[in-house]
Amino acid sequence: MLNIKNLHVKLEEEDKQILKGVDLEVEAGKVHAIMGPNGSGKSTLSYVLSGREGYEVTDGTVHLEGEDVLALEPEERAALGIFLAFQYPVEIPGVGNMTFLRTALNAQRKAKGEDEMSAADFLKLIRARAKDLKIDADMLKRPVNVGFSGGEKKRNEILQMAVLEPKMCILDETDSGLDVDAMKLVADGVNALRQEGRGFLVITHYQRLLDHIVPDVVHIMVDGQIVKSGGPELAQEVEKNGYADIMAEVA
Amino acid sequence: MPAIAREKLAQLKRDTTEARLAEMTLPDGAGWAAEARAAARARVRDLGLPHPRDEYWKFTRPDTLVQPEAPRAALFEAGEPHLFHDRDRLHLVFRDGVLDESASDAQALEGIEIERLGSALATDIHWTRDLYGVLEEAGQSPVPRPLAALNTAYATDGLVIRVTGTPAKPVCLTYLHADEFSDGMLHHVIRVEPDAEMTLLETGPGAARINQVMEVDVADRGRLHHVRAQGRDHERRAVTGTFARLGSESTFKSFTMTVNGVMTRNECVVTLTGDDAVAHLAGVCVGDGTDFHQDDTVFVTHDAANCESRQVFKKVLRNGATGVFQGKILVKDGAQKTDGYQISQSLLLDDDSQFQAKPELEIYADDVACSHGSTSGAIDETALFYLRSRGVPEAEATDLLVLAFLAEALQEIEDDDIAEEMVNRLSGWLERRAA
Repeated sequence: MLNIKNLHVKLEEEDKQILKGVDLEVEAGKVHAIMGPNGSGKSTLSYVLSGREGYEVTDGTVHLEGEDVLALEPEERAALGIFLAFQYPVEIPGVGNMTFLRTALNAQRKAKGEDEMSAADFLKLIRARAKDLKIDADMLKRPVNVGFSGGEKKRNEILQMAVLEPKMCILDETDSGLDVDAMKLVADGVNALRQEGRGFLVITHYQRLLDHIVPDVVHIMVDGQIVKSGGPELAQEVEKNGYADIMAEVA
Repeated sequence: MPAIAREKLAQLKRDTTEARLAEMTLPDGAGWAAEARAAARARVRDLGLPHPRDEYWKFTRPDTLVQPEAPRAALFEAGEPHLFHDRDRLHLVFRDGVLDESASDAQALEGIEIERLGSALATDIHWTRDLYGVLEEAGQSPVPRPLAALNTAYATDGLVIRVTGTPAKPVCLTYLHADEFSDGMLHHVIRVEPDAEMTLLETGPGAARINQVMEVDVADRGRLHHVRAQGRDHERRAVTGTFARLGSESTFKSFTMTVNGVMTRNECVVTLTGDDAVAHLAGVCVGDGTDFHQDDTVFVTHDAANCESRQVFKKVLRNGATGVFQGKILVKDGAQKTDGYQISQSLLLDDDSQFQAKPELEIYADDVACSHGSTSGAIDETALFYLRSRGVPEAEATDLLVLAFLAEALQEIEDDDIAEEMVNRLSGWLERRAA
């Protein structure tokens, strides 16, 4: 589904290479996890996939179901089915959460040539999805992420994912800043979305999220490259021995 | 400034002023009205019409507002009805600054007395006498507002409204612009009696050039809600002066939306004279192009205890547009427990647009809470990316952020339904402009 080949990326502002040849294939229906020490390029990968400015792709390709992702604007990527759950969800004062979700959903439907969803149908949809994530009416009414706790922000990301129903979900450090209960709620939300035809790329520094969202494949990224791939047991190994052993092994 | 230069400037101002006054004759009126007009003309001579060297005209060129002839302003076909058109209201229509009675509702509404300015000024004994030109004159110090004095002297039409109860619907004034060279001069006087309450709506350009003064006297516990949308005609010019005096426990809320127009100067002078009075002054401005110039000049005086004032002005500027905000809070000795707030912000959508802000605080009481802030910034790129990453196209995402930026000012409108109507219009305009 998602094919990343030989991806090289540097920062636009400074001459600093971050990704140095990433190869990765996420199959539909699978959950891939990327682990790695700070500064290894994990978050950069998520930003480049979603089209954030400030990065320059110097080599390589990214395709989603055969479409050239790198040629598209962020909104086109979203319509194609790429969704990034942000590590730091953005606060937007003055824009109501509901308005935001409805605008996003209808923009994507429009881009796909579908009719806009009626206000009544949207309300039904959002109520059902919000309930599963224990998001109350007040959180839906408030401006996007403004005054939300860390846990609320992350749940709000998963709510967006549940409403927009993307094909390829990228979760960037979704566990950061969450206590155990909040993490479980978020993991449940993600697990509910696991199904045939949807791929996941879960980026995390720690193994604990992967206890709740059990991956099919685990990749270790070090210094802009994937240095090792394996099953869920690889995450356990990192938890036990840290990254040092793996880095020594591949050096 | 050296004495010779100062004398030269004074002479220049005298010449400009006399050039403007030369072609004008004072309208007829009752003895007191004729006196008020003559006194106002003397004030104009005394103050001199605005000059770019004047302290409060440094950011706004006064020439086209001062010159004898109104510059041509092409008519604008909006392609949609004026704001507030489907609202239950008492509707009065002005065309190029003159009341069009045939297009207006009868001047009758329970809870108010309403009359044309000319008729009030022709009456020997009239309540307007205590207010006409009186609040304007009081508002001339410490900052001169000569164009408002000019208006008092020569105003050709307007309404005098006495609010005695709580009318069931708002009064809505629609200002049409039908003549490319029209030069309107409107003067309204509003007196809100104790415990009375009214909503006044204004919409439309008014004329190629309009000079509009509104004198507002809100008695104890009275409430006046004022919402104004200045017309979208691209080439229209406007200078407005609002002079309000607030009694104790009274409320005056005034909101202005400016979209388009080549020159707009809105002056608002409010004095809180009774304890526990509340004044909320707010405005949004959406400007596009190098010809666009909009200026909010506000002066709030706290002259009683425990009063609250808010100034919330937001401007979105692009393609070289210019916005100006000059806002002052003066807290007089004895105006303890004053709660004063002032914020002016601009969202600059490109490097060519500019925002000039001059926030001022002058406080003589020692137990007050006053805050003020002014910012100028671009679209938040992080928020823009967040919206786009969810599938919202860039133009639509920008509009959403623009409306979000304006929201704080729009929230100052008392009636949520009216606020929503204005947001919907703004949203429609932004959408179409992008298309």
